Amino acid sequence: MGLVENGKLPKPLTALLNVSRKYSLWVYQWGLACCAIEMGAAFASPRYDVMRLGVIPFPASPRQADLVVVSGTVTDKMAPAVKRLYEQMPDPKYVISMGSCANCGGPYWDSYSVTKGVDQIIPVDVYVPGCPPRPEALLEGIVLLQERIRSEDMGERWNGDPIVVS
Amino acid sequence: MTDTRQLAYIAAQAADARVNVELETEGMTLNIGPQHPATHGTLRIIVRLDGERVVAAEPVMGYMHRGYEKLAEVRTYPQVTTLVNRIDWLGSFANEVPFILAAERLMEVEAPPRARWIRTALFELSRIANVVLFLGDMGVQLGAVTPVFFAFRDREFVLNQIEAVTGGRFHPNFDRIGGLKDDLPKGWIEETRSVLGRIRTFCDEMEDLVAGNEIFEARTRNIGVIPADVGLAYGLSGANIRASGVDWDLRRDGDMGLAHGELDWKVWTHPDGDSFARYWVRLQEVREACTIVEQCLDGLPSGPVMAKVPRIIKVPAGEAYVETENPLGVMGYYIVSKGDLVPYRVKIRSASFNNVSITPWLLEGVYVPDVISILASLYFILGDIDR
Repeated sequence: MGLVENGKLPKPLTALLNVSRKYSLWVYQWGLACCAIEMGAAFASPRYDVMRLGVIPFPASPRQADLVVVSGTVTDKMAPAVKRLYEQMPDPKYVISMGSCANCGGPYWDSYSVTKGVDQIIPVDVYVPGCPPRPEALLEGIVLLQERIRSEDMGERWNGDPIVVS
Repeated sequence: MTDTRQLAYIAAQAADARVNVELETEGMTLNIGPQHPATHGTLRIIVRLDGERVVAAEPVMGYMHRGYEKLAEVRTYPQVTTLVNRIDWLGSFANEVPFILAAERLMEVEAPPRARWIRTALFELSRIANVVLFLGDMGVQLGAVTPVFFAFRDREFVLNQIEAVTGGRFHPNFDRIGGLKDDLPKGWIEETRSVLGRIRTFCDEMEDLVAGNEIFEARTRNIGVIPADVGLAYGLSGANIRASGVDWDLRRDGDMGLAHGELDWKVWTHPDGDSFARYWVRLQEVREACTIVEQCLDGLPSGPVMAKVPRIIKVPAGEAYVETENPLGVMGYYIVSKGDLVPYRVKIRSASFNNVSITPWLLEGVYVPDVISILASLYFILGDIDR
């Protein structure tokens, strides 16, 4: 897949690949704190049902995942594990940072043991603010990410700004 | 003994020893977590295995430690409730109540009767929101995915009711020193009644689908048995100790300052003390919580929901400890005040920390698959362990 990663694939093929990637995001659930329950509500409840967006929330390991949702407080003790699991994911990979704690530390902004933002450890594509965000907000983040994937040029992949759900 | 017989004896012993050495399997250390679908978040357990049997288990905590007790020292009293909401994130309202009660005791303020009754109703609704998820989640841990969909479906209705009153699905931050922020919205009581009907149906479904399931029984009956004395020695509380036959519930036996004493309800216990008993007791507790909420709605007194409290809250110097029967067990706050805007020291006693402290004793000698079912049935929440 060297051609894909360099962005040297012919345009029609890239478009086709992007559409298929967009509708088959395997998401690894990184449930850490309160947001994990809202993520569970978005992924496992019949009311929100993320699968209608083409997102499959059941990979057994990060090695099968395209997208990781870091939901909740990342503590300094947890940070090495977060980085390690991110590194196990195959490229191209995306990160959604869900909730204030993962974005910036949230209510624990002055705590001695909390990492103030998961973006200090791994690159983040979408920030979903809220404490915790409603499941709708997470779905919005996923839809925005899918839109970006659809028109993505792999050569330019790392140059864009992250999305902030508002 | 003659020489030949002695030699033969030694040779036989040596042969035995050799066979033993050859058959002896090497132990293995298995690391469950910190990120594992079955650990409710980020609890890590290091188990030492001999074949399929656990020889020793050691829980490693602190992956979710956020330093509440230190943070509370630099937050004013109304701000602390925002923090403590997030300790047990499934039943958030129940976390605020003991803190507010302790602060009220120090200030010698008493909430008006209507506020106490609404508090009781919300307290029990958050218990329902919490334990309903356990009832479904226990299925997931044992390999049945369907019950959790049921749980999330019906939990949404409870969250809607909590949101209608407090404005927050998860973290209400609704309790104030001296009462509540607001009164109930119009039409809430009737809606809540219909939601309670749904929850009762859900309990019946779970009783059929999970508790009545042959596989579920095979994996939980006589697994992870906690005798009452051992459980008490480890400081278990809540449904975990009631499932071991100890008839102890602070809502009935303690001085909680809520309306439970004026209502008619029952404390459920189970004599077995195994994983199944813990599931069964929680199932009954959800039903009982429905009864309590219903009685609260019936007998709701009229009047104000807020006592006279100064605008800027300064708590007089002193110490207070209040514990309540939260969804996971006994939760208590020990507040030391020096007469400031902020507490001098807050010690939080959360239920899950004591509930997982029994795991090294409990997991010794069980099979690996049972580790998961036992941990699931102990029902802890990581924020509640590490704080």
